[in-house]
Amino acid sequence: MRACYIPIVTAFAVAALITGCGTTPEGDASQSGAPVTDATKPGAKPGAGAQTGPIAKIDVTKPGAVGEADPRLKTGALAQRSIYYDYDQFDVKDQYRGLVEAHAKYLRENPAAKVLIQGNTDERGSREYNVGLGQRRSDGVKKMLVLLGARDSQIESVSLGEEKPQADGHDESAWSRNRRSDILYSGEY
Amino acid sequence: MTRDNNTAGIHRLASRSLWLCALVLVLAASGARAQLQIEITGATEKRTPIAIAPLAGEAALGPTAISAIVRADLERSGLFRALELPPLNPTPTEASTVNYSEWRARLADALVVGSVSSRPDGRFEVRFRLHDTVKQAALGGIAYTMTKDQVRATAHRIADFVYEKLTGDKGVFSTRIAYVVKRGNRYELQIADADGEGAETALASFEPIISPAWSPDGRRVAYVSFENKKPVVYVHSLLDGKRAVAANFRGSNSAPAWAPDGKTLAVTLSREGGSQIFLLNPDGSNVRRITTSSAIDTEPRYSPDGKWIYFTSDRGGTPQIYRMPSTGGEPQRVTFEGGYNVSPRPSPDGKSLAYITRNSGKFQVALQDLANRQVQIITDSDRDESPSYAPNGRMILLATVIGGRGLLSAVSADGRFKQRLSAAAGGDVREPAWGPFIE
Repeated sequence: MRACYIPIVTAFAVAALITGCGTTPEGDASQSGAPVTDATKPGAKPGAGAQTGPIAKIDVTKPGAVGEADPRLKTGALAQRSIYYDYDQFDVKDQYRGLVEAHAKYLRENPAAKVLIQGNTDERGSREYNVGLGQRRSDGVKKMLVLLGARDSQIESVSLGEEKPQADGHDESAWSRNRRSDILYSGEY
Repeated sequence: MTRDNNTAGIHRLASRSLWLCALVLVLAASGARAQLQIEITGATEKRTPIAIAPLAGEAALGPTAISAIVRADLERSGLFRALELPPLNPTPTEASTVNYSEWRARLADALVVGSVSSRPDGRFEVRFRLHDTVKQAALGGIAYTMTKDQVRATAHRIADFVYEKLTGDKGVFSTRIAYVVKRGNRYELQIADADGEGAETALASFEPIISPAWSPDGRRVAYVSFENKKPVVYVHSLLDGKRAVAANFRGSNSAPAWAPDGKTLAVTLSREGGSQIFLLNPDGSNVRRITTSSAIDTEPRYSPDGKWIYFTSDRGGTPQIYRMPSTGGEPQRVTFEGGYNVSPRPSPDGKSLAYITRNSGKFQVALQDLANRQVQIITDSDRDESPSYAPNGRMILLATVIGGRGLLSAVSADGRFKQRLSAAAGGDVREPAWGPFIE
């Protein structure tokens, strides 16, 4: 959640880089005369290398404060927050039209209210391409809300791709729960 | 151990099973610190037999022998077979005169000998020499001064030297990998040595983390974190743990990719509607859009020379890979076979393109020769994703799902040699990214 992370710089015991141990090849390869290249560099500092220094850790697992939402949002059509999609489909199906209209009406009547629409996909395929597909779903809901009178500035449409499934299974019954858009009001996320 | 993917002769199978036994022992001996377990599931046609003698005096460094780590490194490359050696008395060192015919009789094509000695300042000196027993010549050696906690790093350096001398390619044993581990609802971005040892957590979160991408200098990792309930691109400095937002615009921010000079990030943003590719400075400034379509344009990746950006787009109806000049311009389609080709990864030499293709319902790694456009599928799993080239181009690390569990897999660029890396303590491993060479 917003700015609630606590950087924890942990002292890890880690094999630090042997700085400057360049692998200088030898010219003369005759076995007895070939000296071992000395890569010793006095003053080499552990951790000075690009990759092998200790890793500093950031922990963002502390949940942030969530504000109180309008109680009206927890009843009736406004309590309905998820729109589900058929495979490879992005348009809001007719059965969810009433749901979207109810939220559009609330946004019209409460100009200070703001929503986040999160588009989601099933787990199949590339994670990043699925972020794109989820965005197409949330953009569709946003467009419909705006057409129904909500203001563009009230609505942010984003995508969680396949990362936040509602159902954990690996079959169509799970996937059909995961292809969805969720509507969240400010204070709820 | 799973079934061999190659058609192997009896001789080769026999020698390989010996080698596998050796490898399991080596990994078991290398300590409980390992966060990833490695399992070999295929072998290369010809592996160079190499003798790696114990370094004289290496026991003074503790239970993990440098020579054992060198051996495990070289065997993991798929190109070497470490010979089982009888007790050597006295232990040969880099100063010994090598009896080449004796090592040829042990069927060794190459030999590593060396020694460890204590220094008055409490540090140690490690010296080794590599011999070509066929040409009967020393190929060189190095002396390192090190502390006790640098055993693994020193061993990887020795393995890199041996690998480069004998194959002509740079070794990747001193490089690091980044990946994401999911356990329950906890996500961790971890950084480990290329052999899965020494894993450390760079970021822990209760929300997903995807798409880690190493800066070309290996000091920073860009990634997408969902900790703000939407995708935001961060650039995370590994040494001091400081991170900065690179892209947190209205809408989604994802798919970071570094330009080879480290001065520009390509990202996918939805701030102007849809998912389109933009360039920006790693500090988030100087944002400019480079694709203009009504389709999804995402997963940008620079060619190694920086001239091109490969990306995924469904502008033709199905997701396919295109490329465009990195300064902007008309995209050209790159993939034509199949209805789902995503996640382009140009090879470090710029000659090939690895990507994920859907093949009879399975997602597998495909390799396209960019000169003649020939395509070869190099994995046989069901759910591969996020391929990542080793910086020498010899191996490709990827995420896959086997038995419902996410793990990492590595496949040689010719598809012949395979390994699996799973989280030792359970959990799903995904989103691998192989780091660059250390300069």
